[in-house]
Order: sequence, then structure tokens, then C-alpha cells
Amino acid sequence: MSERGVRQLLFQTWRGRLGLGVLGLFIFLALFGSLIAPDDPDASSLDILGGISADHWLGTTEQGSDVFSQLLVGARVSIIVGFAAAAISALLGATVGLIGGYFGGWTDRILDAFENWFLVIPQIPLMIVLARLLEPSLGVLIAVIGLTSWAGTGRIVRAQVLTLRERAFVERARALGARDGYIIRTHILPNTLPLIFANTVLIVAVAILAEAALAFLGLGDPTRISWGTMLENAFSSGAPSAGAWWYVIPPGLCITLLVLSVSILGYLFEEYVNPRLREQG
Amino acid sequence: MSPRWLAGKVAAALLTFAFVLVFNFFLFRVMGDPTTQLARLPRATPEEIQKLRANYGLDKPITGQFVDYAGDTLRFDLGTSQRTRRPVWTEIKDALPWTLLLVGTGTVLATFIGAWLGVIAATRRGKAADDGLLGFSLFTYAAPEYWIGIILILVFAVWLPIFPAGQQVTPGVEFSSWLDEAADVAEHLVLPGIAMTLMLLGQYFLIMRASMVDVLTEDFITVKRAIGLPWERVVRQHAVPNALLPLVTLSSIYFGMVVGGAITIETVFSWPGLGELSFDAINDKDFPVLQGTFLIFSAGVILANLLADCLYFVLDPRVQAT
Repeated sequence: MSERGVRQLLFQTWRGRLGLGVLGLFIFLALFGSLIAPDDPDASSLDILGGISADHWLGTTEQGSDVFSQLLVGARVSIIVGFAAAAISALLGATVGLIGGYFGGWTDRILDAFENWFLVIPQIPLMIVLARLLEPSLGVLIAVIGLTSWAGTGRIVRAQVLTLRERAFVERARALGARDGYIIRTHILPNTLPLIFANTVLIVAVAILAEAALAFLGLGDPTRISWGTMLENAFSSGAPSAGAWWYVIPPGLCITLLVLSVSILGYLFEEYVNPRLREQG
Repeated sequence: MSPRWLAGKVAAALLTFAFVLVFNFFLFRVMGDPTTQLARLPRATPEEIQKLRANYGLDKPITGQFVDYAGDTLRFDLGTSQRTRRPVWTEIKDALPWTLLLVGTGTVLATFIGAWLGVIAATRRGKAADDGLLGFSLFTYAAPEYWIGIILILVFAVWLPIFPAGQQVTPGVEFSSWLDEAADVAEHLVLPGIAMTLMLLGQYFLIMRASMVDVLTEDFITVKRAIGLPWERVVRQHAVPNALLPLVTLSSIYFGMVVGGAITIETVFSWPGLGELSFDAINDKDFPVLQGTFLIFSAGVILANLLADCLYFVLDPRVQAT
């Protein structure tokens, strides 16, 4: 991926600018949200499910906490889990795809069967089971999401490695006596990295949605505020039937905007890596 | 249908299911050893714990335990719910029809509406309608389905009280006929059904759009137009039937997503299916039920994949030739 091409893609298309802008805002909130929050997000008060006011820009929760402050602080969990889980997923998927695709034979067959299995097993129930057996924490969420979402990456990397393996420059290196490790490092990996990167950005979006869903089902880290746990608290305290839209709409909207921005960037990279997609657009 | 091809697919599905059994066994017997819970019993002497272990068959070697477990599972003996004390299989049997009703409604509606919107977008490529539909599908992908569900409750059950916000029938009502009851269930199905449809709609739309774009650039379409057939007819009679195939084959990718959506949407609408059963099991740490629903969800997705493969085989003559 040439640096200039990527820069052009990110800064000179409206999709790139929009995606970067929104993602940048949420990363800023993940870093500094707790500093700029107007209130202590955990502080309870008697003002329960209070509407929008000068004191509480987005009203209050069922505990009387400030919704806006919780919203700012909640960005952190989504960003951390999204990126960390995607990193694990990329590492696993790339390793399995590279090894299977490059070495072929029985190694490939076994790894491929493993991949197929992970692709068929429904991801949310699998994550629920794993998260319930372990005690919910940020680390457990990252591990569970990362370990269950790598199969798609593995499959894509494998397909790419299969074509690379037969290319002339790889044959030439092999003929000159290069070792497998050297060929993978200098010829195969650099040529699959752009693909892995584009795919990983899309996995970030999947991971953010997965964290929110697990948190909504009561499997989030109980010590941290996230948009998913906000929705869980709002729902279980009956905020929807109380008409407390200020508590219900903002967390979901933040999840949606963050996932949208990451997906837009992911699709941009994907189109860049795979120009065939551009013609369909 | 070539019997060999079908046998291969069935064998692969069975193998995947066997994988699920092994995985499920290890997950709950080894990772979540039931005796760690038993040991928490107050005043449990080592002898009593030993007796409990024997009751559960936990004193046998691990391979023997697995054979017991696999045998029980294949006889639909999935243990007893810790919460309700009812057999897990009975709980699942009661919940399954409700999940099938919700998932079926959502899938059928999303397929038809998605296909229809896909044709509209593909024939107006690059125009405002196409851009709008693409943006809409991206939004429905990014928006959590349970959040959409909550908003539907807020708008159509609280602000404008048109539809019921939860459960499957109005509680405490004696229905004079099955038709009245069906109408009541249908009314309760509206909001969760819409949430389910919206979750799937974007994906089906994107598949149909891409497929139509591909077909419309093929030579036979150009030929049909060149011989003077009206555009409307070329699209309806020649492009659409050919573009429908990927909708069947690619839709199997989303079966896993459907299951995830069933869990969260049923939770939001207190819809008494497998999803709500799982949600209750999560909260009460009811491991036998959680294990049972995981098994049934996996089996369902494997079976749905197999059916999609068979349908593909029936619909596409090119596969039959190989």
C-alpha cells in the first residue's frame, strides 16, 4: 500500500474525511472523556430519569446519574475492546492463514477444518457461553471476542497466500535456497499485510458491536461504564416505557456512529486493496 | 441430485455437529467443572462431594464421561434447568416454535424487501435512490438490532400506543377462537418482526444489488436489449431470475447473525423463544440451559447451511454438471 495513495484516500475523499473525523472524535473521548465529563458519571442523585435540563444536557439515569457524562466516559470501553479484540483476531487469522496457505497438505486441511468450524458456529451464542463461564471483565471480553472472530480473516489470508505461493518471485527465492521462514517474512507477509489491515479494520466494527451486545445481555465488565451497559441499565430499569428517550437513544446512536465510521474506513481500504470492488460501487 | 455430493455435504454437517458436541462437553465439564459449584455448598464434607460427583458421573474417566454425555444428548436428555427444575429439552421444545416464528417472519420479509430494493438500486446505479439505499443499508448494519427494538417500543408502544411492547399474547385473555388468538399473536409479532427484518434487510439488499449489477453487465442482457425487448421486461424476465441465486447461497453466511439477533431482540420484547431462554440462563448462571441452547443454536445453523447447500444444488444446473 503506497503511503501517498492511502493519504489521498483518507484525506481527499469525503468518505475518508467523514470516517476519520468521527473515529477521531471517539478516540479523543476514549482518551479524555473522563476529564471533560461535566459530572461524576457514577454519582447518583434523587433526580431519577429526569429529562433534559441545563444541569443535565441529556437528562439522568435510573440512578440519577448524568447521562451525558456516562456517554463521554463510555467511549473508552468500545474503543479499547474494539481495537484490542481486532488485533488478537488479526494475529490469529493471519498466522493460521499464512501457515495453512503456505505449507498446504495436512496442516492446511486441519487448519481449514478448524476455520470452517468457527465460521459455522454462531458467534454470539459462542461468546455468551465463554463469557458466562469466565467472570466478566475487560480482558475476558477482549479475549472472547478476539478468539471467536478470526476465522474470516484466516480464510481471506489463506486464499491470498495460495496465489502468492505460485508466483515467480517466490519460486525464484525457493530455487535460490531460501528457507520457508525467510520467504514468508520477506515475500508472503508483506504482500498480504494490506489485505490483513483492511480486513482488521472491518473486524474492529464487528468487535465493537459484539462488546455492546454482550454488555446489553449483562456480560459486560461490571466495573466500567460502556454504551452497552448503559443500554442494559436503561432497558432493565424500564426507561423505554417511561419514555426516557434521552437515556435510550444516545448510547445506541454513539455505537452506530462509531461502527459506521470504522466500517466506512474499512470499506475504503478494502476497495484500495481490491480494485475490483471499486467497479461495483 | 447426485447422491455422492449430497452424502458429502451431510457427512460434513455431521462432522461439524460432532465438533460442537466435543467442544460443548469440554467447555462445560472441564472449564466449568460442576464440582466447583458443588464445593460452594455450605458444610459439604469431602464424602458428600464425592457422592455428588458419583451422582453426576464425574468420577468416571473423561472419555467415559464424554460417551455418557454424547449418548444423553442424542437421546435429547440435556439435563435439568437449575432455575425451573424442568428438563432442559422441555424448555427448548416450548421455546423453539416462537423463535422459528420470529426468525422466519424476519427472514422472509427481509429476503423479499431486500431483493426488491436491490433491483431498484442496481437499475438506478449511482443515482440518488441508489445512494440513499446504500446509506440506509450501512446504517442498519451499524445500528444494534436491540437498540432499534427499543426505539420501536418507544415510538410505537409508548408515544403512539399502537402495538404491544412485549410478550407473545395479551395476558389473561380467553380467546373465543384460534383465529382471534392468531390475530393477537400477529399483533405482538409486529414490532419484534420489524426489528428482525431491519437487521437482515441491509445484508440481503447488498447481496441482491451486487448480483444484479453483475448480471446487468453480462452479454445476454445486451443481446436482449439489442433485439428490441423493452428494458422493464429484460430486467423482470431475464436479469432478476439470474440474480436471485446468490441471495440463496450467500444468505447462509447470515444464519449465525440471525441467531445472535434472536437472542437480543427476544430479550427486548420478552418474546418467549430460545433467545429469552438463553438470556434468563445467562442471568441465573443456569449452565445446563445455556449448554442446551448453545447446542440447539449450533445445530440449527448447521442444518440451515445444509439446506442452503441443497437449495443451491437444485437451483443451479452448473453444480449438477460437475
